[in-house]
Amino acid sequence: MRRFALIAVPYAWLLALFLVPFIIVFKISLSDLALAIPPYTPTMRDGIGDMFAAFDFENFVFLTEDDLYWRAYLSSLRIALVSTFVTLLVGYPIAYGMAKAPDEWRATLMMLVILPFWTSFLIRVYAWMGILSNEGLLNQFLLWLGLINEPLVILNTNIAVYIGIVYTYLPFMILPIYAALDRLDESLNEAAEDLGCSRMQAFWLVTIPLSKNGIIAGSFLVFIPALGEFVIPSLLGGSGTLMIGKILWEEFFNNRDWPVASAVAVVLLLILVIPIVLFQRNQQKQAEAEQ
Amino acid sequence: MTQTVFAPWDDPNEKPLIRFQNVTKRFGEFVAIDDLTLDIFEKEFFALLGPSGCGKTTMMRMLAGFESISEGRIELSGKDIGHVPPNKRAVNMMFQSYALFPHLSVWDNIAFGLRRDRKSKSEIDARVDEMLKLTRLEKFGRRKPHQISGGQRQRVALARSLAKAPKLLLLDEPLGALDKKLRQDTQFELMDIQESTGTTFVIVTHDQEEAMTVASRVAVMDEGRIIQVSTPANIYEYPNSVYVADFIGDVNIIDATATPTGENTYALNWIDGQPPITAETKTTFSTGQKAHLAIRPEKIRISTEKPDDAANALQGKVLDIAYLGNLSTYHVQLPGGQVIKAQTANTRRIARRDITWEDPVWISWSATAGVLLEH
Repeated sequence: MRRFALIAVPYAWLLALFLVPFIIVFKISLSDLALAIPPYTPTMRDGIGDMFAAFDFENFVFLTEDDLYWRAYLSSLRIALVSTFVTLLVGYPIAYGMAKAPDEWRATLMMLVILPFWTSFLIRVYAWMGILSNEGLLNQFLLWLGLINEPLVILNTNIAVYIGIVYTYLPFMILPIYAALDRLDESLNEAAEDLGCSRMQAFWLVTIPLSKNGIIAGSFLVFIPALGEFVIPSLLGGSGTLMIGKILWEEFFNNRDWPVASAVAVVLLLILVIPIVLFQRNQQKQAEAEQ
Repeated sequence: MTQTVFAPWDDPNEKPLIRFQNVTKRFGEFVAIDDLTLDIFEKEFFALLGPSGCGKTTMMRMLAGFESISEGRIELSGKDIGHVPPNKRAVNMMFQSYALFPHLSVWDNIAFGLRRDRKSKSEIDARVDEMLKLTRLEKFGRRKPHQISGGQRQRVALARSLAKAPKLLLLDEPLGALDKKLRQDTQFELMDIQESTGTTFVIVTHDQEEAMTVASRVAVMDEGRIIQVSTPANIYEYPNSVYVADFIGDVNIIDATATPTGENTYALNWIDGQPPITAETKTTFSTGQKAHLAIRPEKIRISTEKPDDAANALQGKVLDIAYLGNLSTYHVQLPGGQVIKAQTANTRRIARRDITWEDPVWISWSATAGVLLEH
């Protein structure tokens, strides 16, 4: 009985905060647009039987007809993949440096990685607008150095979106890789060198394979939220930046088309199920390997 | 048939494989190795023995190339190796933690070094199989390190470090992680492998029994210096200092002042109210010089009657008996309060032991039983 009570808490949590909202969103995605409050039909007021009878997959069919959605999904995937890769390229050396740093420095370095979370995410993205705009800090600085003659157009392009995503999700990449590297026994690298590896070879043959789980975990932690990201493309991206999160936002708040927006959200979730399952499997494998 | 004794260190014409020349190693202010000079010869099984922090591991890491040398030079086969990186040295090391690559199978672990030499596949296959056979691991080639036992892991580490047929194999506390019984078996296995491969082994250990068992020569170290280098028997029977005598095995140290009584014989006045001790030594002491008599417990006889043939005999009472199964150590307290340890083999059953706690007993030893040391 006590065991049941213990398990019931997380299940109730998941039920109330994940499954119920999802069912509501899914229900709306099966409805039709209406000029009413709420802005869709049918609702419970029409009676349960009539409500179920009126459900259809029209909105999902619509998503396949307008190529905007396809392009947005694909473009989101591309932006998420590229920024995950760039985050890995930036994050791995930082994590490596932290793991190799003297013990007395580590807590400070860890603090520096986590510190940005103390400021609101929105404020930090707005700060990037100030840095990247034509009259922004970056352009002023480059002009002053004489490296460029006229300001670079960065804000409102995909580049700004990449910068924003890499900046925002960098800690999620660094922390799991750092955890993996921190556990790495230094004598393994020495053994590799002793057996004839150069430093570089030892890194590729020992350090990288043994931090693989950290790399995978970090990549998923960046990729999954980046795919549905909408604040960064809305604020830093331009009109040409196509991301599904942004489309979703526009369908909800500009078009007030809740059913189509819900359909977009359901499909996004289905796309995300694949990497989430892979991520879970990686975590499980890691837990098994440590036993 | 005469058997040649393996003792290249006594042959002045023999070229050493490794030569430490006035090597000093500092970590900041701390001197880890202090002006150390040492020769190690081919096919030797050389043990570096000392307490933790004595510099033995630093010496080994300098040989492997993981630590630079602050002063002096280290030669391998006559060539200075001070600036040769670890991956370019014909030296391999077996790590204390074994440092097996957890993501590779036993087979791939052993093949790791061979692959770096760009050897052909058939050569690698043959060598790995040979190593698996040597260490009796044929059945475990496909397993990952976490799927085998501690003793097997130790053998994989040995096979991996031997696979490249190094001139010199370094072993850092190779048996430290094994339990006692397995450790003893493995010691003999190590000796067999050392003999059959003809590789020079340098072993670092803090376990004096292990060093005595496996090594052809032992270097006893303390605070970055080598105190004595000799064969295990010499180290045990003729320690050159109280430090070595005390570090190797069990010993009674009697502090006294020496008075010459004849050629090589001295009377040792060690405490008021006790007769002087007679001891023989080749070392010369002047009258009144401080001397320390180091005498092993097994060289002291214990009896209920006063022996009439012994050079030294003292009466006391049994304070404690340590029963070790095959041996018993008696702690005998003298009237002045000093405690002397005497050890006897338990050739009779314990029920028939005729000495017990609080018994008055005589302890006795000959004039040559102990070693008289200056410091």
